[in-house]
Amino acid sequence: MTASAPALSGLFDVAIIGAGVVGCALARRFTLAGARVAVVERAADILDGASKANSAILHTGFDAPPGSLEQACIAQGYEEYLRIHPKLGLPLVSSGALVVAWTAEEEAALPSLVAQAQENGVTDVEMLSHSAMRDAEPGLGPGARSAFRVPREYLIDPWSAPFAYMLQAIENGAKLLRGAEVVGGRHEGHWVLETTRGTVSASLVVNAAGLWGDVLDERLIGRRDFSIRPRKGQFVVYDKSAAALAAHIILPVPNKVTKGVVVCRTAFGNLLVGPTAEDQEEREHATLVPETLEQLRKRGAEILPGLGAHAVTAIYAGLRPATEFKDFQIRSHEGRNYITVGGIRSTGLSAALGIAAHVERLAGLTLDAPSTPVWPTVSNISEYAPRDWEVPGHGGVVCHCEMVTRREVLAALDGPLPARSLAGLKRRTRVTMGRCQGFFCSAELASITAGRLEHDMADRIE
Amino acid sequence: MSLPPEVDVVVIGAGPAGLAAATTLASVASVLVLDRENCAGGIPRHCGHYPFGFREFHRLMKGPDYAKKLVDRAVKAGVRVATGVNVVELEPGPRVGVTSNAGRSHIRSKLVLIATGVRESSRAQRLIGGDKPGGILPTGALQGMVYLEGRRPFRRPVILGTELVSFSAIMTCGHAGIRPVAMIEPNPTVTARWPTGIYPWLKGIPLHLSTDIKRIEGRSWVERVVLEGPAGETVVETDGVIVSGRFLPEATLLHGSHIERDPATGGPVVDSYGRCTDPAYFAAGNVLRPVETAGWSWAEGRAVGKAMCLALENALPARETPRLNLVGDALAWAIPQHVGTGAEAALDRLQLRVTRPVRGRLSMRVNGVEVASRRISTRPERRITLPLPHRSGSVEIVLEEE
Ligand SMILES: Cc1cc2nc3c(=O)[nH]c(=O)nc-3n(C[C@H](O)[C@H](O)[C@H](O)COP(=O)(O)OP(=O)(O)OC[C@H]3O[C@@H](n4cnc5c(N)ncnc54)[C@H](O)[C@@H]3O)c2cc1C
Ligand SMILES: Cc1cc2nc3c(=O)[nH]c(=O)nc-3n(C[C@H](O)[C@H](O)[C@H](O)COP(=O)(O)OP(=O)(O)OC[C@H]3O[C@@H](n4cnc5c(N)ncnc54)[C@H](O)[C@@H]3O)c2cc1C
Repeated sequence: MTASAPALSGLFDVAIIGAGVVGCALARRFTLAGARVAVVERAADILDGASKANSAILHTGFDAPPGSLEQACIAQGYEEYLRIHPKLGLPLVSSGALVVAWTAEEEAALPSLVAQAQENGVTDVEMLSHSAMRDAEPGLGPGARSAFRVPREYLIDPWSAPFAYMLQAIENGAKLLRGAEVVGGRHEGHWVLETTRGTVSASLVVNAAGLWGDVLDERLIGRRDFSIRPRKGQFVVYDKSAAALAAHIILPVPNKVTKGVVVCRTAFGNLLVGPTAEDQEEREHATLVPETLEQLRKRGAEILPGLGAHAVTAIYAGLRPATEFKDFQIRSHEGRNYITVGGIRSTGLSAALGIAAHVERLAGLTLDAPSTPVWPTVSNISEYAPRDWEVPGHGGVVCHCEMVTRREVLAALDGPLPARSLAGLKRRTRVTMGRCQGFFCSAELASITAGRLEHDMADRIE
Repeated sequence: MSLPPEVDVVVIGAGPAGLAAATTLASVASVLVLDRENCAGGIPRHCGHYPFGFREFHRLMKGPDYAKKLVDRAVKAGVRVATGVNVVELEPGPRVGVTSNAGRSHIRSKLVLIATGVRESSRAQRLIGGDKPGGILPTGALQGMVYLEGRRPFRRPVILGTELVSFSAIMTCGHAGIRPVAMIEPNPTVTARWPTGIYPWLKGIPLHLSTDIKRIEGRSWVERVVLEGPAGETVVETDGVIVSGRFLPEATLLHGSHIERDPATGGPVVDSYGRCTDPAYFAAGNVLRPVETAGWSWAEGRAVGKAMCLALENALPARETPRLNLVGDALAWAIPQHVGTGAEAALDRLQLRVTRPVRGRLSMRVNGVEVASRRISTRPERRITLPLPHRSGSVEIVLEEE
């Protein structure tokens, strides 16, 4: 179903398709550069595609292919995150990473990885002796042979970050249209995008449709330069009591296909094990498979034997928008005012701000940047910084496991970028995401959110 | 409403156990009951059905009426009940850290009772596969929606589990005009005791034994479940999944505290007075173990309350330390974990559960000498008790299966 009336009136400088982490960063970047920006998102809320589920690591890019666009974007994105996170109120959990070798073959690969890190400008990596490795992570399993440390890999909040980017875009004038799928469009002097909620007109279109990037290209410019090959990653999240088991992000020695199974804390105070790397055709469903989750638990307990005693809090899975190519697929299509930002596979959270800067350069627009842009701050939901429940007037705690207050829930349902789905509310506040997974708070939450989400949690009994 | 900085006794949790203990203690001490819900009464307040109150009030009542009566009784006895207060930390002293709308504060006391109850285990903990759409709830959340909020999350859900609480789920559905379309039990038999076992049949709900949920499907909301059972895979169109039972103590407060937790029960390690490893802390009710009835938890609260009265007068024997040993892998847990001779014990029986259906001989040995035994034929979730030993020493519980 499409509507031909404008969904957003006027001619925008840039229309961004997709509000994943990449679309959010693009919206912020173009808005701060002075562009009139419209973002069109198919789902009821932002971050509903690849960006809803990842490992939440801010990578340095030490192991990215040297000279690749991916490496350049990670390096720049990383650097910009470090610069802007305090101003936006975003967390940064210092952990560092240990790349641990478990076989002789992996051990033999460590020196070349260290050299690669140096080449990528990550010059503070250090090889650790066996005993230094044990000192750094006493909980490592007996199979750990040796390791090197990447001191400045960090843990971040995978949802607050893109949320803050989009919020800053909106507060500086960008328009976000949610629940609107781009189904077609024509380029006649300027672009007219057809969406399920009406048309959007813009001079430049940026396709940041993630898992649907190739389909969008086909729809809008009649060609595809890559094919999306979704790669599923499943995770097991352990109870907060397990977070003390590992200080570092424990990375495996990467192979050609994936970065492999990681064990790390989360900004929310848990410990996660994952992801898997499973190729599939399906773009919508990231199906959880109990046998695979069991294997992850087993692997987790090999890496950190102490894990066996800890309970599982959550399970989740995400889809990486991988393609037949290794590098990001970012290109400007000459004469069509159209830029594809595709195949942002497994490092998009780290690279997003760098990708946005790169795309802005590609676009080459001449604009007047606002002299005093608005810098909103987001409410902290990381466990490693003070939380709302510690501040009087919070209205009581709604979610007792994650200590989410009524004030936080109400704020997330309100303001310039309100939650429109339960999943969106969870990503903004963490409600129902703790130990009890909604046992204690679902009922109260159903009443607080009634009439405010695309799908009510419950309807009234007459 | 401001909280006092100091009282004689802090009780965490205004359910049957906490309220019973508080009422008992009120004659000898100033007692403050804290509950994070906006209304006191614990889980029974969420259960708008029978049967509650027989042990306590000698008549059958619905949960909310029963909860109200317990609260009234406590308040009449002089107990102060503060709701909307989350206890967030337990410290030596004892001292508890709390947060409420007024912000953070600390409360000192002579003794603390932990009576924080149980919850059901989640879909995630059971590693149930598939998508993560809306509409997947434990019974407790369903009861809260229906009885406290007057809301209904779905119309034709499936119910996973056949514990007593699974039948509460059916009753709750009935109350809200919800028609469950299937009841699913991974084991070959229904877990709860007959005659409740025929309940699904009575209500015309197909019961699938030896069947598990293989996958939950749906994008934003549950659309179907794929079952795996004796007949292979079947698909059930549904708009919700009630993941019922498999209770766990709500012992979050113990994580990161100085008080020892028993990985087997999930609750605190206690002696036969309900005393924790820090003897200024006691515990009673379902936080001790999964799971007992409201009446049992209430009686336990009262008994531990009496022991706490003695503790306030320094009249309790020193903490007993011999740790109970379980022999036999079908034994899930036993409390109290530290057993003495049972003189004036608050937890006056050993309570046990098994992990799978078993038949055999259960015995107790003190210093290697058998002092009691009985035959059992039982299933998980069913109550098993043994008398406390009359002699002190190292105690072993042995299950020899047939
Ligand atoms: C398992 C896993 C672990 C990861 N770990 C990390 C990590 O630790 N660190 C890191 O930096 N990165 C990590 N990543 C990578 C990161 O999550 C992705 O690179 C990133 O989320 C990609 O974002 P995107 O915006 O390109 O895509 P998406 O998030 O998929 O955004 C695309 C958006 O476009 C919308 N859309 C699609 N079609 C249309 C249409 N026709 N009309 C309108 N809207 C449309 C979608 O609904 C979606 O919201 C991980 C990824 C996975 C899956
Ligand atoms: C879904 C469900 C259905 C049940 N149905 C029945 C039934 O039909 N019949 C029956 O006999 N039993 C039933 N039970 C068992 C139930 O546990 C007992 O009936 C009884 O409630 C146990 O009493 P309690 O005092 O130990 O715990 P609860 O009644 O659970 O009370 C514990 C209280 O502690 C509070 N609390 C917890 N943590 C904190 C904290 N950190 N700070 C402040 N307050 C806190 C909670 O808010 C709660 O009010 C059911 C249990 C569940 C979970």
